[in-house]
Amino acid sequence: MNVKLRKIVKPGFLLSTPYILHLSLFFVYPVVFSLILVFNRWDVVTPMEFVGFKNFIRVFSDEVFLQSLINTGIFLVLHIPLQIALALFFAVQLNKKIVARGFFRTLYFLPVVVSGVVVTILFQQLFSYDTGLINQLLNKVNIGQIPWLVSENWAMPSIALMATWKNVGLYVILFMSGLQSIPTDLYEAADLDGANAFNKFFRITLPMLNPTVVTVIVLSVIGGFSLFIEPYVMTGGGPMNSTLSAVLYIYNQAFSFGHMGYAATMGLFFAAIIFTVVTVQRKFVEADYY
Amino acid sequence: MKKSALYISLIVGAIIFAYPFIWMIFSTFKPDGEIGSIQLLPELWTLENYQSVFDRIPIEKGFLNSIIVTAFVTVSVTLFGSITGYALSRLRWKGRDFLFSLCLFTMMVPFQITLIPTYILIVKMGLTDNLAGLIIPTMVTAFSILLFRQSFLTIPQDLVDAARLDGCSELGILFRIIMPLSKPVVVTVAILTFVANWNEVLWPLIVIREQGLMTMPQMVALFAVGGGADSSIGAQLASALLLAVPVVLAYLIFQKHFIKSMASTGLKS
Repeated sequence: MNVKLRKIVKPGFLLSTPYILHLSLFFVYPVVFSLILVFNRWDVVTPMEFVGFKNFIRVFSDEVFLQSLINTGIFLVLHIPLQIALALFFAVQLNKKIVARGFFRTLYFLPVVVSGVVVTILFQQLFSYDTGLINQLLNKVNIGQIPWLVSENWAMPSIALMATWKNVGLYVILFMSGLQSIPTDLYEAADLDGANAFNKFFRITLPMLNPTVVTVIVLSVIGGFSLFIEPYVMTGGGPMNSTLSAVLYIYNQAFSFGHMGYAATMGLFFAAIIFTVVTVQRKFVEADYY
Repeated sequence: MKKSALYISLIVGAIIFAYPFIWMIFSTFKPDGEIGSIQLLPELWTLENYQSVFDRIPIEKGFLNSIIVTAFVTVSVTLFGSITGYALSRLRWKGRDFLFSLCLFTMMVPFQITLIPTYILIVKMGLTDNLAGLIIPTMVTAFSILLFRQSFLTIPQDLVDAARLDGCSELGILFRIIMPLSKPVVVTVAILTFVANWNEVLWPLIVIREQGLMTMPQMVALFAVGGGADSSIGAQLASALLLAVPVVLAYLIFQKHFIKSMASTGLKS
């Protein structure tokens, strides 16, 4: 490259051009286009038809949309506390002086790396009403069978249980590194003051882990609104739409019915909810720490 | 006494996480009628479940398609991620800070917004039923740029200056000086990209309809859902196990790197 050109086109810009092009095509364009789509009715094949705010009105009057929001809410209410409690429990245990810590950590983390498709197919069998392993074990201890995936009330909790089993290993690791970053002199000072184990956990450990707890909540919210393959394979969103997730509903509207405009509008709504929740959560941590 | 309670809880945990996988492995060798039995080991060992998978779906093609897509994306994300990360950390130019803010912003925008418009873009580009339609949209990722940038910022400026005085080009500095010093971040980006793409199933379901072009997780998911398995539980589990094997093997070999890399996604939020 000659000197003159080099002065005009800085190497930094030049090296960034592949990313800038990609960003324009696969981020800027889709975001802008989604803002057009939400005002239109379109099935990709026939010409686009401008419908004004009809898609927005439809979102607010669509009972199935509301149902998918409630489903996500149920998922999060069960999944988040369970996940935090279990991850914290195992992280505290694994941080003690124990043999074979690496072995346990490797095992707990295994479901995290495996595809959601694998876990879903596996749990579909484990949750099976008559022949599933879980119900057979429950029968043995005289609790009786639970209609995991076949009952409206149990299907979403079942998926929340499965998601907890799959993800908890990741949060065990996050909590372990959170625990290691707590200065030991805090505990020494507490010992001098005669604090018991219970007080030390709730007065020192838990408050110091607040950022990790927030991370778990944020990632779970994002995960809850991204739930797709689990209901897609296991239940198809049923029974009675009780496991219809946000993304599954968008998928159905767009690719089963060809309602691109409406699907894009719902996408915008779900994204706005995620964005709000995540921002509010971040404010909470900042308020606590700065 | 306390110590034993600790180990009991850890072992119970280990059983809860490992037993379903062990059950799955043995179940794939059972005839369908036996899978519902509580006994772990098959009474009658059989390979018919695997036979049935290979008879009914071209899973070897799915494996190959997944390898192609994952390999292309992993190399591309590492390459462009490092080049852009370099431009955003070690070079001064107008617009750099703006591009970096934009890059951070893209990570905050949930994919639910861009999903439908990106699909329409792929349709317009004529890339449906084409592996390129799976590769091109994820060729660069904001998170990889961020990881590379953070790591590159820690490399001493003296090294970069010395190389520049010796007449090294910018790409030369990046690939001869900086990258060899940044192996941990390369490993992290490669692992995250590999796992994310090997397991991705929503986007392939949208873009690919032709069976011969499907990725492995997509094929296995549709096999379980679409009645392709004709409710043969053994065959479904066998196909799922085949899908899990590559990632699990990679995980068992590089477990420390996997755990460290995937835990770093926690920092994303």
